[in-house]
Amino acid sequence: MLGGIIGPVGLVLLAVVLPALAAGVLRGLVRTSLLLTLPIAISALLVNLFFFPGGQQVLLRLGPITATAEGLEFALEILVRIMAISGAITLFYLTTRPQDLVVDLERRGVSARVAFVANASVQTVPAMVERAQQIAAAQRARGLDTEGSFLRRVRGIVPIVGPVILGSIGEVEERTLALEARGFTRPGSRTLLWWPPDSSSQRIARWGLILALVAIIGARVAGRLG
Amino acid sequence: MLILEGCSYRYAGAARPSLRDVSLTLRDGEVLGVVGKSEAGKSTLCLVASGLAPRTLGGTLSGRVLIDGADTAGRAMHEMATEVAIGFQNPGTQLSGVATTVYEEVAFGPMNLGISREEVLRRTEASIDALAIRALTQRDPQRISGGQQQLVAIAGLLALAPRHLILDEPTAQLDPAGTRLVSDAIERLAAAGASILVVEQKVDLLAGICHRVLAVDEGRVTLEGAAAAVLGDPTLHALGVAEPSTVRLRRLGSEAGLSGQAIEGALALATSQSSRVNDA
Repeated sequence: MLGGIIGPVGLVLLAVVLPALAAGVLRGLVRTSLLLTLPIAISALLVNLFFFPGGQQVLLRLGPITATAEGLEFALEILVRIMAISGAITLFYLTTRPQDLVVDLERRGVSARVAFVANASVQTVPAMVERAQQIAAAQRARGLDTEGSFLRRVRGIVPIVGPVILGSIGEVEERTLALEARGFTRPGSRTLLWWPPDSSSQRIARWGLILALVAIIGARVAGRLG
Repeated sequence: MLILEGCSYRYAGAARPSLRDVSLTLRDGEVLGVVGKSEAGKSTLCLVASGLAPRTLGGTLSGRVLIDGADTAGRAMHEMATEVAIGFQNPGTQLSGVATTVYEEVAFGPMNLGISREEVLRRTEASIDALAIRALTQRDPQRISGGQQQLVAIAGLLALAPRHLILDEPTAQLDPAGTRLVSDAIERLAAAGASILVVEQKVDLLAGICHRVLAVDEGRVTLEGAAAAVLGDPTLHALGVAEPSTVRLRRLGSEAGLSGQAIEGALALATSQSSRVNDA
């Protein structure tokens, strides 16, 4: 039936590869999603191939452990599922600016505070990296050794991480004051200056996906796919 | 009009109050300067006048803060924000942290107020022009210099169109050109009827824009009066405040035995020279 490998492979092709091709991000998608999933994919493959409970058909014997055909089949099934999940998530991040997502969520009634937290987390990362670089440079100027052996480098991390975290926490109060003074806590919706355009074809595609999801769940529950 | 009546404030967990029995009146259209050494209570005065202390900061406040004759006790901070805007000295922490461009950063405050989109845009444009940051509008506010961030932060405050503006060392990171942009903006806003309280170490700036100045020491107002009188007061030096350069020149001139006429002539020459440099 459509379970097992064919279903997820078809889904990956239709819902991940084709849209990625259309958006021109296929190369980046493959690279990023491989980087994300390779460790878990390798361990899932090895564990299932060699330790699948109840595997009968032996493919290979390596001392005390054996690889079975059942294990291989199950491992492949897991792999395509991981591909489907990581591919979909990566496609989303490669094609959607966080700012666009947050603004659109806010337009649809998500509270400004939730939108702020989502947005600030994304924006904070580059600022934190920059701060860490500045602190590292300052600590090096005062004689901290951040090069050399592995152990030395690890020891060098502490005087950098401490100030980065403490400095950020220290700024929280000032930031809160500034936000409150700029009326951020006012109840009710904010005035939005812009939001991403939403064409009718995008709306149709979204509703189509939701309907497809409902249909698949329904079919699955009714036992047609499994 | 913003009035503090016998205000004393103690931070949460502090043993002693940081502000003691301070009364002041900030009239419409007036620029009031505040001077004093570090930890004298200047920033605390700003926080109390803006309503952030105790609303956001906690702590205990006694005395009253009145806006246009009405007691503000019981008003929420977002209600205060439509009346009083406040800017702090560290520009980095005053940025919203969510705007990807300087334009959005300036618009952040008015967007929060729920006014019409057209009005937000109008105010943003006007504030950008007031502080001459048009060239920065598409830049990332986290990746501009400290001085530029300070101008952006002040533009963000102007965009709130506040009737009362409190600025805690607004030019701390600014070069002379940036300082002049801020002082011009303050004067324009005051001329339009807003009342402005400015804490500054740059006494020459205060001498140029303030109608009145008060000196703060150990949480109390120790001197208050017309800008020229307070900034020329011989006891100011003991409070850890530098004299404005004109006051210093007059004092040094008379100590050196120069005639009053010669000193005033030299001052007039220096003023015309420095304004020519600033205009260039």
